[in-house]
Amino acid sequence: MERLAPLPRALAALATLCLLLVGLGAPAHGQPRAGGTLTIVQGAEPAVLVSAVNTSTFIGTVSTKIHEGLLDYDFDLKPRPALAESWSVAPDGRTYTFKLRHGVTWHDGKPFTSADVKFSLEEIWRKLHPRGRVTFNRVTAVETPDAHTVVVKLSEATPMLLAALSSYESQVLPRHVYEGKDFTTHPALNAPIGTGPFVFKEWKKGDYVRLERNPNYWDRGKPYLDAIVVRVIPDAAARAAAIEKGEVQLGVFNPVPLSDIKRLTALPTVKAETRGYEYFAPMYMMEINLRDEHLKDKRVRHAILHALDRKFIAENVWFGFAKPATGPIASSSPFYTTQGVPQYPYDVARANAILDEAGLKRGAGNVRFKTSLTFAPVQPEIPRTAEYIKQALGRVGIDVELRNLDIATFIRQVYNWEFDLTQNYLYLLPDPTLGVQRLYISGNIKKGTPFANAAGYENKDVDAVFAAAQTENDVAKRRELFARAQRLIQEDLPDLNLLELTFVTLYNAKLFNHTMGADGPYGSFKDTYLLP
Amino acid sequence: MLARPGLTRFLARRLAQVVPTVLLIVVVNFLVLHLTPGDIVDVLAGEAGAATPEYVAMLRQRFGLDRPLSVQLASYVWGVATGDLGFSFRHNTTVARLMLERLPATLILMGTSLALAVTLGVVCGVTAARHVNRPADGAIAVLVLLSYATPTFWIGLMLIVLFSVKLGWLPTGGMMTIGVDLSVPRRVLDVAQHLVLPAASLALFYAAIYTRLMRASMLEVAGQDYVRTARAKGISEARVTYGHALRNALLPLVTVVGVQVGSLLGGSVLVESVFGWPGLGRLAFEAIQQRDYNLLLGILLMSSLLVIAINLVVDLLYALLDPRIELR
Repeated sequence: MERLAPLPRALAALATLCLLLVGLGAPAHGQPRAGGTLTIVQGAEPAVLVSAVNTSTFIGTVSTKIHEGLLDYDFDLKPRPALAESWSVAPDGRTYTFKLRHGVTWHDGKPFTSADVKFSLEEIWRKLHPRGRVTFNRVTAVETPDAHTVVVKLSEATPMLLAALSSYESQVLPRHVYEGKDFTTHPALNAPIGTGPFVFKEWKKGDYVRLERNPNYWDRGKPYLDAIVVRVIPDAAARAAAIEKGEVQLGVFNPVPLSDIKRLTALPTVKAETRGYEYFAPMYMMEINLRDEHLKDKRVRHAILHALDRKFIAENVWFGFAKPATGPIASSSPFYTTQGVPQYPYDVARANAILDEAGLKRGAGNVRFKTSLTFAPVQPEIPRTAEYIKQALGRVGIDVELRNLDIATFIRQVYNWEFDLTQNYLYLLPDPTLGVQRLYISGNIKKGTPFANAAGYENKDVDAVFAAAQTENDVAKRRELFARAQRLIQEDLPDLNLLELTFVTLYNAKLFNHTMGADGPYGSFKDTYLLP
Repeated sequence: MLARPGLTRFLARRLAQVVPTVLLIVVVNFLVLHLTPGDIVDVLAGEAGAATPEYVAMLRQRFGLDRPLSVQLASYVWGVATGDLGFSFRHNTTVARLMLERLPATLILMGTSLALAVTLGVVCGVTAARHVNRPADGAIAVLVLLSYATPTFWIGLMLIVLFSVKLGWLPTGGMMTIGVDLSVPRRVLDVAQHLVLPAASLALFYAAIYTRLMRASMLEVAGQDYVRTARAKGISEARVTYGHALRNALLPLVTVVGVQVGSLLGGSVLVESVFGWPGLGRLAFEAIQQRDYNLLLGILLMSSLLVIAINLVVDLLYALLDPRIELR
């Protein structure tokens, strides 16, 4: 699944939450200490250890310690140097020049050069990365005038490019390892070679992955930790016990059910952090099948949104780790606006009135029409939300049948358009071109493709606005385009953007510098240290 | 004792039955699995968060999922016949290797829990039978009911809360301490510490069943002529119980244990999940969720072979326990 990042206001809310939860934020504490092993817990085993071919969360947490990207991002999503020491963009936005860091070596000792970047972009990001195809589709040439310079030429300006060069989204892989080999079954996917602060050591399937300190890391003196162990504990209550006992010092992406967080953070040894998810911007949404005879009427969709008390859901089902969304772009995005964007506050009488007006009279059992809500319980809060929605819609005469499916069945059914309504969260990612437009442009009505425009929404104006924004190099004009998109989409409501979710990181009080940027769990952890 | 005239013929006959049984199992498993909606490409594409139709089609072709089902089945059966269990595209390694990696953990957990369950079951069952309708019998009955009725995962969690979190005696999960070099005896001790809670959680349920079974079986045997004769000879009650009655009373237990070894593998999924134990049960469960059919088929095949083998052993054990039973 996917998500994106909150904005200043969200940050303020989050900061408040943090203060409430733990009394303090979690900034650095005195002098970093070298040594120690950090154990991270997660609920599922990674499939492979290279995010460039599979962007699953459980891979990202491990892969980003081994691999690096050209850039890195601070909490405001501003780029910082990583493998690229500096970069420049031509005024027309069609040439990007990256100066690469000197003295960087791969974990097998070979030098890192511009040829690796060229290979990664041309052969991996653009061909095998699910989002890379969109991000890099205007690249016409990748030039490498010397070993430490990469020049990317584009057919048109691609302003989102600089938002997509993190170690998670576009990780640089070694050409000498992968070139000319079958990528889908390459053994290095399970024992990767990167340039990052930690070196892959051992993977005991079903149990743990072990990484060790890279003694030749380019940022001398770092990393501080001797090793990172990622342990797999599938049961949520057992994860909570391991965190409570201090056997693991870090759990990310809601490591325990939200109902457990208050209890755990009451312990002196456990603290919570809600920053570090700005990059993902998780949006909890309801996709709607516009092919359905009732749901294709936008008045019905307006009524559904009026019928839901999203504040209640956020506070009671999500324990305050969510807030009502106002449109298709998350409040953490620089392109977010509410100006002129229609809102549908909780109002049962209004919902009933709209449905009456739409000609959907109450029949037997006070029911106007029957529909279904499909979801996969990937988090315990999702079925709870679905249960609330069933009740709330029942109140306005919409009889909802709940369909609780496993993730494979969910994806197969929804993205083959065999659904009415869904519940799911998607990452909106730092740029709307990357994470938002795919849900709404008619060119993305593709049967069998996950997280595309499953609704079947077609609006020529929306298509035009997103198309223009892709290549608009002027930030102000681009902001105006996205503002227009928000107004158009929120009027039509092809999907209901219900809640902006807040993810929680739980960590041991002895652990510092774990969340250092907008993609906290996907940070390199080179600055992370553990007190004894 | 096993060197009997019928033994060779018995084994030959049983082995001949294995081939069609396994073939049937492979075909049925394959077909049933392919009836479930969604495939590994759906899961991979879903996890990736986005995918183009071309990418999805490319993966299906690479994994051989675009071929007709009959062709896929034939190629799978041929693979199994030639000893090739296939490739797990999910884990990017061969199925055989994945299973072999997990097998030791599974055998350790299963073996220990089975031994624990049988020992507890026999001891408690015999004790209850010897004190039938007296306080000891009642106390055992209560314990049995409790462990039978409590869900395994919940017992596991409560054990973690008590022994790991509150008392701090044992680790919360995993199979060994990670990242330390230990000498062999220390490593054995380390694994044993990690094993205590999962083995106990898994064993309790089965111990409860075996206790009931042993109690009933002992009571039944106790009423038989040869036991009365033994008592009449004047030998001690302990010898009557353990020397004469127990041996015959074990037969039903052996049958049930044989049948349950297969389900122990399945039942361990919950315990493995709660304790993060890297066993085969969890691997199978995850393979279902991820639609990793090659892997799942491999595990199912191995479980079937295991059940067949255990049944054979059970038949041999019958003959060992009761010489009147003929091997045919």
